Amino acid sequence: MNTFFNILIDGLAYGMVLFVIAVGLSVTLGLMRFVNLSHGAFAMVGGYCAAWLTREMQWSFWLAVPLAIATTALLGAVLESLVLRHLYRRKELDQVLFTIGLSFVLIAATNAIAGPQVQLIVLPPLLAGSVDLGFRTLPAQRLLVIGAGLAVAAAAAWTVTKTRFGIWLRAAVDHSGTASTLGIPIRTVQCASFAAGAALAGFGGILGAELMPLEPYYALKYLVLVLVVVAVGGMGSIAGSLAAAVLLGTIETASRYLASDWGSLFFFVAMAVLLAWRPNGLLSGLAKR
Amino acid sequence: MNPIRRNLARALAAAGMALFTIPVYAQSNTVKVGVIGPFSGPFAHYGALFKAGAEAYVANQGGKLAGKDIEFIYRDTGGPNPGQTKTMVQELIVKDKVDYLGGFVFTPNALAVAPLIQQSQTPTVIFNAATSAITEKSEYFIRTSYTLWQVTVPMAQWAAKEGMKKVVTAVTDYGPGLDAEAAFKAEFTKQGGTVVESIRMPIATTDFGPFVQRIKASGAQAVYTFLPGGPPNLGFVKAYNENGLAKAGVQFLGTAETDEFDLQKLGDSALGLTTAFHYSGAHDSPENKKFVDALKKRDPNVVANYASVGAWDGMYVIQKMMEATGGKKDGAKALAAARTLQWESPRGPVRIDAKTRHITQNVYLRKVERVGGQLVNKEVQSFGPQGDHGLEAK
Repeated sequence: MNTFFNILIDGLAYGMVLFVIAVGLSVTLGLMRFVNLSHGAFAMVGGYCAAWLTREMQWSFWLAVPLAIATTALLGAVLESLVLRHLYRRKELDQVLFTIGLSFVLIAATNAIAGPQVQLIVLPPLLAGSVDLGFRTLPAQRLLVIGAGLAVAAAAAWTVTKTRFGIWLRAAVDHSGTASTLGIPIRTVQCASFAAGAALAGFGGILGAELMPLEPYYALKYLVLVLVVVAVGGMGSIAGSLAAAVLLGTIETASRYLASDWGSLFFFVAMAVLLAWRPNGLLSGLAKR
Repeated sequence: MNPIRRNLARALAAAGMALFTIPVYAQSNTVKVGVIGPFSGPFAHYGALFKAGAEAYVANQGGKLAGKDIEFIYRDTGGPNPGQTKTMVQELIVKDKVDYLGGFVFTPNALAVAPLIQQSQTPTVIFNAATSAITEKSEYFIRTSYTLWQVTVPMAQWAAKEGMKKVVTAVTDYGPGLDAEAAFKAEFTKQGGTVVESIRMPIATTDFGPFVQRIKASGAQAVYTFLPGGPPNLGFVKAYNENGLAKAGVQFLGTAETDEFDLQKLGDSALGLTTAFHYSGAHDSPENKKFVDALKKRDPNVVANYASVGAWDGMYVIQKMMEATGGKKDGAKALAAARTLQWESPRGPVRIDAKTRHITQNVYLRKVERVGGQLVNKEVQSFGPQGDHGLEAK
């Protein structure tokens, strides 16, 4: 029984970390239909900024995180308006090649500037300890991740479905010509959405760093996990990504408790089965768009 | 002096000498050493440490070994890549005509070149690769690093002596991890202890929480662990602390987990971790001070750890082989000299075992402490000279 609760709690915590890292890609790949394989690199930039601010500059965690996210958003906006916007109309393969190339550039730059060691984000005392749940303890940082993940999911889903900006975004992606004729400022919408995706990536990089430590190869190392979550969750479905992340996180955790000799087998079998069962996304049967 | 000016000066000196010494016996005054390691990619820091350790040694000897200039030729393997490594080494031996080889981080790379060095009689010093069987594959292999058995067996003996009865092993599920698990289990059981559970953690693990919970639930008094350096290391140590294992009385027993390269990044969560290992950057001896100073003089950012000390001692062995052969290429004579070596290394007194050609060295019990703002591996006890228990076990 104890093991069962352990699996649920650790699974939820791990799933939320996966979700927080993947939600940015859910925006750029899912909503904007831009194959952004440099997502991991943006997450890395956010994480490194936070690590540098908290460790070298001795900033408070609560100040450093918003600034690091803003920096990542700015980098995303600059890259989008200078280079990436030319890729929207290109083939997927061009997008893949370019963004992978961009990741390599950012990996090499990170290696040259910060060195190959793992980077640590200094947590405030409030988050550094662990919380006693009665029968076991849980790192306090995971509670923040769970809370923040739910908040991000709610905010993103609300923005996309209920606000004018969300309508503009969907219109711009579905048919940019018509949207433009209707007076929707397409360029602003695209740039802002990409910047938001980058900001979310940076946010995920910071909060996920406890489990996926920052180092130069971060940009590619965890890309597969993130792509799996977005693919299983369904393109552009924030709620789907959340469900996929928690489900896959729980499966992975359960396999670590019960059958660790099998490695990540169950994680990927679950991915294959879920994709075969719901190729358009985990919640595609429920959501009527 | 920058490299271009140094080369220029060397070229001028060589030209000058050529003018005056034409009739004299035309013997080359340079000995070539090929260094194989990862110089790019995720393991590039190993290459950088090899380079720093080897070059610092030569600089510390006044730029020459046994009266000869040393020309290092570096070859980049990237990662575990036996096929490519074999091609590179063949080229080094045939085309560049290297006199000695050094380096090797990964076991498969070292194994791949065994037939080449055997046939060409090229003395090859392993700076890192830590699988026991390597030195058996060619009699031209000498190793100045360590093996997992060498450091794990004394750790298991110590755990038993401390009165521990139940230990759980948690290793990363790949070659060296399984080696470590086997070594600990064999020795700890021999000493009368019980390994209550053997956990193998998949190499791609990011969340170590579940494993740490299992360790806690197993009721063991300690966990013996082996993890590859970098992110997995950090993740496991953090999980160990955050889930309150230390408080629950489960002691941490490791080997290279608190390596100086990653140590500062572990932060306060590393305090008190117990490891058994052959080298600590904080080893208190004049030899180690000399080593650390020479490294810092070359590059203040280089860390003194097992990789850089492996290269440093490797160059000592190469120097002694050069002295024995007068700088001429004579593999058999060089190896005969290497087999009898005994010296004071930065890690403590060491010698090359005549039979296995592996380094016999003291293994120390260390605890992580904070000294002057820096985390260090403080040596608290020496287990005395240890051979390679892995070869003895077979």
